[in-house]
Amino acid sequence: MALSKDEVLAGLAELVNEETGLTADAVQLDKSFSEDLDIDSISMMTIVVNAEDKFGVKIPDEEVKNLVTVADAVNYIADNQ
Amino acid sequence: MKIVVTGLGATTPLGGDVSSTWEALLAGKSGISTLQQTWVAQYEIPVTFAGQAKVPASEILTLQESKRLDPSSQFALIAAREAWADAGAPEVVPERLAVEFSTGIGGVWTLLDAFDTLKERGARRVLPMTVPMLMPNGPAAAIGMDLAARGGVRTAVSACASSTEAIANAITRLKSGEVDMVVAGGCEAAIHPLPIAAFAAMHATSRRNDEPEKASRPYDVNRDGFVMGEGAGALVLETEEHAKARGAKIYAYLVGGSVTSDAYHITAPDPEGSGAARAVLSALEQAGAKPEDVVHINAHATSTPVGDIAEYTALKRVFGDHLENIAISATKASTGHLLGGAGAIEAVFTVLALKNRTAPPTINLDDQDPAIPLDIVTSPRKLPEGPILAISNSFGFGGHNAVIAFRSYD
Repeated sequence: MALSKDEVLAGLAELVNEETGLTADAVQLDKSFSEDLDIDSISMMTIVVNAEDKFGVKIPDEEVKNLVTVADAVNYIADNQ
Repeated sequence: MKIVVTGLGATTPLGGDVSSTWEALLAGKSGISTLQQTWVAQYEIPVTFAGQAKVPASEILTLQESKRLDPSSQFALIAAREAWADAGAPEVVPERLAVEFSTGIGGVWTLLDAFDTLKERGARRVLPMTVPMLMPNGPAAAIGMDLAARGGVRTAVSACASSTEAIANAITRLKSGEVDMVVAGGCEAAIHPLPIAAFAAMHATSRRNDEPEKASRPYDVNRDGFVMGEGAGALVLETEEHAKARGAKIYAYLVGGSVTSDAYHITAPDPEGSGAARAVLSALEQAGAKPEDVVHINAHATSTPVGDIAEYTALKRVFGDHLENIAISATKASTGHLLGGAGAIEAVFTVLALKNRTAPPTINLDDQDPAIPLDIVTSPRKLPEGPILAISNSFGFGGHNAVIAFRSYD
């Protein structure tokens, strides 16, 4: 069954926490991964790969550059489940 | 130009820093214990013990540091930060600060974990940090980044002689005049099933599984191989002029460092000990010292049947009858063998022995091998007053010999 966007956000926040130690409440939809959360490209790739496993989606490398904000990632995952 | 030691750092099987390690060493403690990891039974590893770091690196470093650094680099960073803080964390010109930091094996955990991931989950799951984490210069690079050292960051790799060679190389850097300070040392984190199985396969390691704390027993007739340890040691080295100008606390002089090679056998030491003897003589020559000036040796003494005798033979060649006047410490009895980190922690011990005028004990010497009639220190022993000289030896597979010499400062 497809997850709601809130559920995707919560799951994504867990992955960000595992990778960076940031608390889940820091991971808000309007936050930019690089600007606001200080997540670099290496951590981003690790989060993307873990998100593929967690949510059962494929996130092609060329798509990753479009995932600027948390909302971008949540929407992509929710739409492609 | 004189070179001084102004900072020390260590994380070892005996303690998470220099003071706890030194205290445990003087107290005759063993850092060796039975491994609780499930892989020991899973792979039927014939050696079931090792000297694990007393304080896990994850307790000290941030989550991000733990994730992005191989365990070897984690230990390196902890030791280097302690040494740098101990040196007063001075403001320096980055271009005149260098790093010489070794490992014997490199990022073996990262490499083998990544291969497991590749086999089980495919290439897409291999972590993007895998290459910088596994490269043998990773520990030196991590320290260089952390301390903003821009005077050159290098890694000497010569198996178990690596970190003594790194310290010897620091002398060259400082004497070149290119840099004022060098953070030197070495690390290892190879308590992984593959290296343990591989060393066991060549019968280099002890199998005293029922008494792990007694397994590392240099010079004892019942020694049966070395015991793997993990951790790191670091020294801050600088020119005396630079240290004095900034009012630094000074532990000792680093007065010589020599590297030679046997070209004899890939793993066996030259039974004549000529290459090792040349390294000792050369280090003493750099120190402007004679063999009779040496009062203390931190021996390589890994507790292998042939290695301990070969080192004795080399020392006998150099020191002759004076050898019986030298207080010999074989601290791997307590720490195990940190491979590429061994020389660094033993350099820390040698410096502290001079500073505190105390040679540390060699534990587990129940029945001294009659073929090795050395004066082995078995409880902390006072060293003489006045200027005194000590050396630390390290030898490695590949026929590498590295010897460094320190002189007391005050």
